[in-house]
Amino acid sequence: MKTKATSETVEKVIFDGLEEIGAEGEVTREATFEALDIDSLDVVELAQIVEDEFGVRLEGDDLKGLETVGQVIDLVVARA
Amino acid sequence: MPPEGCAVVTGAARGIGAATARALGAAGWPVGVNYRADGEGAAAVAAEIEAAGGTAVTLEADVCDADAVDAAFVQMEAEHGPVLVLVNNAGLRRDGLAARLDDEDWDVVIETDLSAAFRATRRALGPMLRARYGRVVNVASVVGMRANAGQVNYAAAKAGLIGMTKTVAVEVARRGVTVNAIAPGFVETRLTEGIGEETLGAIPARRAGTPGDVAACVGFLASDAAAYVTGTTLVVDGGLSA
Repeated sequence: MKTKATSETVEKVIFDGLEEIGAEGEVTREATFEALDIDSLDVVELAQIVEDEFGVRLEGDDLKGLETVGQVIDLVVARA
Repeated sequence: MPPEGCAVVTGAARGIGAATARALGAAGWPVGVNYRADGEGAAAVAAEIEAAGGTAVTLEADVCDADAVDAAFVQMEAEHGPVLVLVNNAGLRRDGLAARLDDEDWDVVIETDLSAAFRATRRALGPMLRARYGRVVNVASVVGMRANAGQVNYAAAKAGLIGMTKTVAVEVARRGVTVNAIAPGFVETRLTEGIGEETLGAIPARRAGTPGDVAACVGFLASDAAAYVTGTTLVVDGGLSA
């Protein structure tokens, strides 16, 4: 069963996912991937976590230009 | 030790794919035995794996049909966890001299032998990245490395597989996922039926390869022991291209 994607559930899954992946420093909505030392492969893994949890598939251009954690959360919620 | 998961071999109803599925089953992986048309062959392979104490599932899917391949992955994931070993073996040939090769014969070979392998790999990578473990083995061919008149489409597809192997390998290496290719030479399978006896004389080993010769090498690349081998192409050709 997939989880219902709300701003709160997505935030929790993404925050936990970033911790699991090994983000440096404090994960907040405003934090940039660069500051968290999250690279492009990490973002791909985060996309897989989101897909497994919410059934929302992010690919190709979806992942380009995303700079902050909040932008990803908003995109997933919008797509759900 | 690899994490819990399973293996999928495309085109596993016979030949190299069948031998590879048996090898992975013997290595302890629950194996998805994929086939397109030969359900009987796939069922026989699965039965052999089970009889030897392994676990096997037949998976009907045309590798060119991305939705069917996805459904096969979903089925394996539901029953056996993430697909941590993917062997892209399904392939076909449509030989002809370049000067007169039909578009259709070009397209179907590129689609089946190269594009379908890419899509299956893409489908497999996400869960492998999450698991921090994965083995992708692409069954290429010596024809992807040296010329073989009459196989321009097959050569292009297999050379493409080798290029794809290297690039995907470096993209995912730091997550414990390895991506390698195997380049069989002349192996006795349905795919090589009708290739003349004179070819055998050109092979230093003086015999055709068997599916088992190739499967043993795929099995190695798919194993924990090959953790530091990635982006490479293992030639299995009895010395043909040496």
